[in-house]
Amino acid sequence: MEIPYTVAERPDTGLNNGKIGIWLFLASEVMLFGALFASYLMMRLGAAEWPRGDSILNVPLATLNTVILISSSVTMVMAWASLKRHDFGKYRLFMGGTVLLGFGFLIIKYIEYSAKFHHGLFPSTSTFLAIYFTLTGLHGLHVVGGMAVNAYFWGPGAKLWKSDPEHFTNRVENSGLFWHFVDLVWIFLFPVLYLL
Amino acid sequence: MATTATEKPAVHHAGAHAGHDEHPEPGFLRKYVFSTDHKVIGIWYAVTGLLFLFFGFCLVMLMRWQLAFPGRPLPLIGSLFGEARMPGGSMLPEFYNELGAMHGTIMVFLGVVPLAVGGFGNFVLPLQIGAPDMAFPRINLASYWSYFLGGVTMLASFFVPGGAAQSGWTSYAPLAVIAGHGQTMWLFGMIFLITSSLLGALNFIATTVQLRAPGLTWFRLPFFVWAQLVTSFLLLLAFPPLEAAGVLQLMDRLAGTSFFMPTGLVVSGQAVAYTGGGNPLLWQHLFWFLAHPEVYVLILPALGIVAEVIANNTRKPLFGYGIMVYSLWFLGFMSFIVWAHHMFFTGMGTTMAAFFQTTTMIISIPSVAILTSLIISLWGGSIRFTTPMLFALAFLPMFGIGGLTGLPLGLAAADIPLHDTYYVIGHFHYVVAPGTLFALFAGIYYWFPKATGRKMSERLGKLHFWPSLVFINGIFMPMFIQGLAGVSRRLYDGGASYDFAKDVTHWNVFMSYSAWGLALAQIPFIVNFFRSIRHGEKVSDNPWEATTIEWAAPSPPPHGNFPTPPEAHRGPYDYSVPGAPRDHSPQWAS
Repeated sequence: MEIPYTVAERPDTGLNNGKIGIWLFLASEVMLFGALFASYLMMRLGAAEWPRGDSILNVPLATLNTVILISSSVTMVMAWASLKRHDFGKYRLFMGGTVLLGFGFLIIKYIEYSAKFHHGLFPSTSTFLAIYFTLTGLHGLHVVGGMAVNAYFWGPGAKLWKSDPEHFTNRVENSGLFWHFVDLVWIFLFPVLYLL
Repeated sequence: MATTATEKPAVHHAGAHAGHDEHPEPGFLRKYVFSTDHKVIGIWYAVTGLLFLFFGFCLVMLMRWQLAFPGRPLPLIGSLFGEARMPGGSMLPEFYNELGAMHGTIMVFLGVVPLAVGGFGNFVLPLQIGAPDMAFPRINLASYWSYFLGGVTMLASFFVPGGAAQSGWTSYAPLAVIAGHGQTMWLFGMIFLITSSLLGALNFIATTVQLRAPGLTWFRLPFFVWAQLVTSFLLLLAFPPLEAAGVLQLMDRLAGTSFFMPTGLVVSGQAVAYTGGGNPLLWQHLFWFLAHPEVYVLILPALGIVAEVIANNTRKPLFGYGIMVYSLWFLGFMSFIVWAHHMFFTGMGTTMAAFFQTTTMIISIPSVAILTSLIISLWGGSIRFTTPMLFALAFLPMFGIGGLTGLPLGLAAADIPLHDTYYVIGHFHYVVAPGTLFALFAGIYYWFPKATGRKMSERLGKLHFWPSLVFINGIFMPMFIQGLAGVSRRLYDGGASYDFAKDVTHWNVFMSYSAWGLALAQIPFIVNFFRSIRHGEKVSDNPWEATTIEWAAPSPPPHGNFPTPPEAHRGPYDYSVPGAPRDHSPQWAS
C-alpha cells in the first residue's frame, strides 16, 4: 500500500504531504514560543524594576551567535540547492557545515551559561534570569533537535538519495524549514533578551 | 492495560484474513501492537480511552460515597486503599482532592479526547475521505504511544510519595507550585499528552487536505470530517500555550523560579522560599487559552458523530449543511477569544469583562445554529429508532441543557455568584457527559459493524440507553439546585458542615445512588461490546444503508482500506432523492 502525494504534489493543493505537515508543525511552534513571549511581556509589565539585558548578559558573544546561526541558515539553503542541482558532494559539504555551525552555537551558549552559574546567577535568582534561561534553554533544545535531524540526513538518512532523490530533496527542504524557524526564534530572542 | 492487550487481537481477527492475499503476514507485534494501520491505531486509542473513562468514573464513584455519607467508612473495599488514604475506610481530605484532580484530568485528557479524536478520528476519517491510510502512518503510531506514556505517567503518580496531583484539573498556581511530587508527574504526563495531540492534529489536517478521494471536493465532505478538521486546528494551536505554561510551572517547581509565585506569599503562616515577582494569573491565562478551545475539542467531534447518525437514521439530508460548516469554523475561531470568561472572579476590570462576555455571547450563536440545524433535520424524516439514533437523539436536549445553562456563566454579573458552585459542575457535565459521551456511544454502536463486520445487539443497546439516560440526569440535574443555593464544588463533605447548605445536602444521597446506578447501566454495554465482537449478527458492508464512503470498504476494512480506490460523485447525504432507485444514493456509486 502506498500513501498518495508523499513525494509528488497534489494538483489541487500544490503541496506534498511532508510540506503541509512541517508548516502545521511550525504553526504549533509559533504558538508555543508566542505564549512564552507573551509571558515575558506580562512578567516585565508587572515588574517593579526590570534590568536591561546588556547589564547582565554578554552581548558580544550573543552577537557572534547570531552571526553563526544566520550563516547556518545560509548553508542549509545551499545544501538544499545543491541537491536540486544534483550535486551530492556539495550537499554533504554544506549540510556538514550546517551541523558544525549548530555545534558552534551550542558551545558559545555553554560558555555563556557556565559564566552565569559561575557568578551565582541561576534561574531562581530573578524573574529576568528565569525567563532568560527558560527561553534560551527551550530554544537550545530546538537547536539540538534540528541538528539531530540534519546530522541524520547528512549521514545514514542520505541513503534515500540513491533510491528516490526527489523524496530526499523534499526531506532536506522540510528539515531546512524547521532550521530556519529555529534561526528566526533566535532573531526574536536576541533583541528581546539582550538589547531591550 | 492487560485487558487491552488481550482483547485487541479479537477486534481485528477477521480483518487480518481479508488482507493477507497481497502481503506476507506480518508478525503479531507488527500487526496489532506496532501497526501503522490507522484502523488498528484508532481501535487502540478507543479501547484505551474507554478504559480511562471507566477508571475516571471509578474515581468519582469513590468521591460520591464521601459526598453522600461524609466520614462514614466505605464498606467492603474501603480498607484496600491503605491507611495513608482512607484510614479505617474513611476518606482523608487529601485523598479526596487527589480523586477530584485526577477525575477531571483523566476524563478530559485521557478519556474523552482520545476516544473522540484519536479513536473515531483515526478510524473513521481516512475511510470517510476514501484514503488508504493517514498521511503520516508512523507519526500516527508515535502519537498513540506518546498518549500511552502520558497515561502511564498519570496513573503512576498515584503511587509517588504524597500521592497524585491535588490541585484540580486546572492546576492553579501558586497552590500547584507548592504541591507534592504528584504535580510534577502531572506536568510531565501533560507534556506527553500535548505531544501526542500535536502529532495527531497535524496528521488529521494533512490527511484531510491531501488524501481526499477524487471527486470529494470540500463541500462534499461529511460533516464528521469537517468537525475533526476544526478540532485538529484547535488542538494544534491551543495546546502549545499549555505546554509553555507547563514548562514554566516545571521551572517553578524544579528550578525554583517564580513565574507564578507572587512577592510576599505566605502559606500556613510561613513565608514561602521563592524570590517572588511572578503572577499567578499568568497561569490562569495560559491554562484557559488552551482549556476553552479544549471545550470545543470535546464537543465538536460529538456534533460530527451525531450529524452522521441523524442523517442516516432520518433518511434525509442534513438541514443547513452549509450553515453548519460555516458555524463550525466560526466556533473554532471564536473559541480562541473567550477564555477569560473563566476568570471573571479574578477581579478583572469591567472593560475586559465586557469584551469577554460579548465574545462569549457571540460564540453561542454558531453553537445554537448547529444544534438547531440538527433538530430541524429530524422534521419530516422517517426516523429509524436504532440504538445509535437513540443516543444521538438524547444528545440534542442534553447538550441543549448544558449549553443554555452556560449562558449565565458567560455574563460577569451572573457568573460571580455562581462561580465555583455545583451549578458550574452541572453545566459542563451536561455538555460532556450526557452530551459528548452519549454521542460517543452513538458512534460506537454506529461504526461497530464497520470495525468488526458484526452488529451490536439492539436489545442490549436499549437496555444500556434508557437506564443511562435516567441515571445520568439523576446525577447532574440536582447539581443545579445545589449550585443555585450556593454550595461550592470543592467541599470535601458535600456541604454537610455548612448551615446555608442544609436544605439541599439531602440531594447528595440521591445523586450518589444515581451515579452507582449509572455504573450498573454500563454492564449491558460492556457485555454487548465484547460478545458482539465474536457472536454479534453478521452484517453486510453497508448495514445502515448509509451514503458516506467508509461504507464502501469491506467490513472490517483490510490494510489499505479499499480494494479499488473510491471516487465521490455527489454530496455526503443524498438520502431519499426523488427518482433515485433506492432511498440512499451513496457518494461512491456512479
